[in-house]
Amino acid sequence: MTGITDTLLASTLASVDSAEAMVVESAAALGLDEDARMDLGLAIREAMVNAVAHGNAYSPEKQVRLILETRADAVRITIIDQGEGFDLNKVPDPTQGENLMRESGRGLLLMQAFVDEFSVKRSATGGAEVVLVKYASDTGR
Amino acid sequence: MSARLTTRQVGDVTVIDAVGRITLGEGSALLRDTVKNLVAAGNKKLLLNLGEVSYIDSSGVGELVYSYTTVTSQQGQFKLLNLTKRVEDLLQITKLYTVFEVHDDETRAVRSFS
Repeated sequence: MTGITDTLLASTLASVDSAEAMVVESAAALGLDEDARMDLGLAIREAMVNAVAHGNAYSPEKQVRLILETRADAVRITIIDQGEGFDLNKVPDPTQGENLMRESGRGLLLMQAFVDEFSVKRSATGGAEVVLVKYASDTGR
Repeated sequence: MSARLTTRQVGDVTVIDAVGRITLGEGSALLRDTVKNLVAAGNKKLLLNLGEVSYIDSSGVGELVYSYTTVTSQQGQFKLLNLTKRVEDLLQITKLYTVFEVHDDETRAVRSFS
């Protein structure tokens, strides 16, 4: 099943759960196995938490845009917040030195670890735009 | 399924059996509160059993770090038991696997506390 859904979500933790469920359901329809679905679900969860908590600061005035594109060979998810955006190169490496024992700061690391393609840029409206792609099989990578 | 935690005493070691998902919100807050209360009550030998934990996100990983630092700062010991492959992978990726003492046998884990 291919197609695109474009959804606006409130800046709440409930949106994190619903985005994860929506994407995992699409991944199942594409034929991703349970491990791959959990990997993708975790990456989406981390991206949504970034958008809701760090980007939009849980503001009721701000929303998160979730674009879910299901292709024959992959799921592509774009998550756009209404925050200030960020520079990936300026994010501290959570695996190094004193950062290792910090309680936060691992979301981007996990996003990158659990999808096949990852990118982040400043969106046209100024917030962060994160793109995550998970292929249906190894042959697509 | 959100997280459920139960505690039991094995000798002077407090075993925390976790079930479900430890993620931002209810699950991570529950772990934080449980560890905080146990340490405040004088329990300084904590063994967290993650055998029934299907899923941990970065917030949950952060709570493991919080638990470790909270207990060790009180001259206590915090160890992990029965990691699922998924949780073990997560600790490998975050390079925290070598920070925690990890066991796969409860009896041996309990004996390892000094």
